[in-house]
Amino acid sequence: MEKNHHIVGYITNIWVWVALVVLTIITITVAELDLQMLTVTVALAIATVKAGVVLAYFMHLKFDKIILTIFLGIVLLVFLSFIVLTFVDYSFRTTAI
Amino acid sequence: MIEQEEKQKPLNFFQDSGGKKGILAWITSTDHKRIGLLYLYSLSVFFLVGVTLGLLMRLELINPGKDIVEAQTYNGFFTLHGVIMIFLFVIPGIPAVFGNIAMPLMLGARDVAFPKLNLLSWYLYIFGAALALSTLLVGKGAPDTGWTFYAPYSIKTGTNVTMAVFAAFILGFSSILTGLNFLTTIHRMRCEGMTWFRMPLFAWALYATSWIQLLATPVIGITLLMIAAERTLGVGLFDPTLGGDPILYQHLFWIYSHPAVYIMILPGMGVISEILPVFARRRIFGYTAIVYSSLAIAFIGYFVWGHHMFTSGMSGPARIIFSILTFLVAIPSAIKVFNWLATLYKGSIDLKPPMLFALGFIFLFLIGGLTGLVSGALATTVHLHDTYFVVGHFHYVMFGGTGFAFFAAIHYWFPKIYGRMYDIKAATRNFWIIFGGFNVLYFPMLWAGMMGMPRRYYDYLPEFHIPNIISTLGSWIVAFGIIMMIITLVKGFRNGKPVGKNPWNALTLEWQADSPPITENFEELPVVTEGPYEYKS
Ligand code: HEM
Repeated sequence: MEKNHHIVGYITNIWVWVALVVLTIITITVAELDLQMLTVTVALAIATVKAGVVLAYFMHLKFDKIILTIFLGIVLLVFLSFIVLTFVDYSFRTTAI
Repeated sequence: MIEQEEKQKPLNFFQDSGGKKGILAWITSTDHKRIGLLYLYSLSVFFLVGVTLGLLMRLELINPGKDIVEAQTYNGFFTLHGVIMIFLFVIPGIPAVFGNIAMPLMLGARDVAFPKLNLLSWYLYIFGAALALSTLLVGKGAPDTGWTFYAPYSIKTGTNVTMAVFAAFILGFSSILTGLNFLTTIHRMRCEGMTWFRMPLFAWALYATSWIQLLATPVIGITLLMIAAERTLGVGLFDPTLGGDPILYQHLFWIYSHPAVYIMILPGMGVISEILPVFARRRIFGYTAIVYSSLAIAFIGYFVWGHHMFTSGMSGPARIIFSILTFLVAIPSAIKVFNWLATLYKGSIDLKPPMLFALGFIFLFLIGGLTGLVSGALATTVHLHDTYFVVGHFHYVMFGGTGFAFFAAIHYWFPKIYGRMYDIKAATRNFWIIFGGFNVLYFPMLWAGMMGMPRRYYDYLPEFHIPNIISTLGSWIVAFGIIMMIITLVKGFRNGKPVGKNPWNALTLEWQADSPPITENFEELPVVTEGPYEYKS
């Protein structure tokens, strides 16, 4: 642990929690609408924002060295490409050459 | 083993049993060198089991029709051969054995960052291996799906797939923990003066590999659990009759298994980058280019998995994208080969056994890589997919590449590990037997594949007879060479001539430690002032 370890105040934590609850409500509301192809995309996008908030505040990434964020960014990018490439296959499947 | 005149001298890691007796001193040791040897011995046993299965398959294929086993037994053979060779030999191979033994020494560290986790990895490895092998003995027999466990067949077959899948899952954990351990070691434990760009290339290769182990392995873990869930609960993820998508399984499987191919080859490339400068007495050519090409291979390697699925009903645009990406990986691989060749240029080359195996690696890997391009091009792959051409190709890469790098590594670090030298002449002879036999064994497979002989059958049409006879002959030569190699090494271990710290006159730090190294590796931790390959030629 580094010496000048940042401790997040209660108020901030509560705001983060409120944000997470709101995002959850949005997820549920959006699921009611019929977005077809976009359903998964929207659900994943909201989930990503929520995960980002948790990482930044609850897991202290915001207050740690920037290199950790960069590492995590690369990992997420790789993961995102997995999903995008798989869906490239899936969404073109009916129009196969 | 070594001179024991000086009483004060700390014990070497063979003598220092940590106060325990017999086998306990090994299986409870957290010394990275002892754990590395545990891996070496267990891995060698599995390798020999795999080779035996390979020989049996080749024997069956010496003539068309049934020779020694039934079709179903043969199906079990190639599955188990594949599972053993992939999950128990090439994936853990070089990192677990030589990464463990040599890497901390090369970094000037006393051990890896998490020694206990390191031992746990070995236990997981053994547990997974035992589970994989026991599929042979219990239930309805060895799985017959091929090492790739493709759905929907893997969901339907009556054989022991769940257990084999679970074994691979546990082996994955072992791999993840080793990766984590090495990453932390490389980040935190380098000795004074060892900046990132003074680090030996073997450590760099392990660094790139560890990132793949850490990030890609969980994907296969989940995928294998999905297969298990599908088999036991019938969830309908991959089974088309339940609305699942079998191609999704192939995506998930190869999202891991293709990066895993780089887990296999990158450490091998690292070994070669260590050996060439020592035996050419030259500074390695293009150090930074080799470093970045390792990282590039690790990175691009994540995005090419689709090239295993060109003929499996994937959509056209996806095929084109994956084919382009596949050609991109060839670039960093070729950068390495050119750098190695440039290192040799004008060097004073000494053809000792490690160097011979390293040169053998370059030659065989080149054939493997080029046949890979043929298989990666959309037009040619339609003809070659699932033929013996592919079997030839991946043996050239995995056995000719990683296997030979493994042999090179054992011949290179042997005197460091045991403090003795094997018979150089015998080892040189063994190299030529294995190298020659290898080409007799696998080149005819490329040929049979071009003629259209499909893989994974115990039988074939009479027109493929000649390449198959030659190939089976080759398998005997290789097996003979491997046995001779083991004999030479065991003899060297028993009564080889004792060597000093640095029999090859190499400059990396492990050669400053005693042979065998003391438990703590160095009496005083070294301080580094220049790069690892400053040979004055
Ligand atoms: C003397 C040594 C070896 C022999 C004789 C041998 C022989 C064979 C043969 C004949 C096949 C094709 C079976 C078929 O498609 O019907 C095969 C498949 C395979 N071999 Fe080897 N092999 C040897 C060593 C190795 C090594 C060292 C590796 C890995 C490093 C390896 C990995 C594999 C894999 C992954 C398969 C594919 C299994 C499958 O189709 O699911 N082999 N081997």
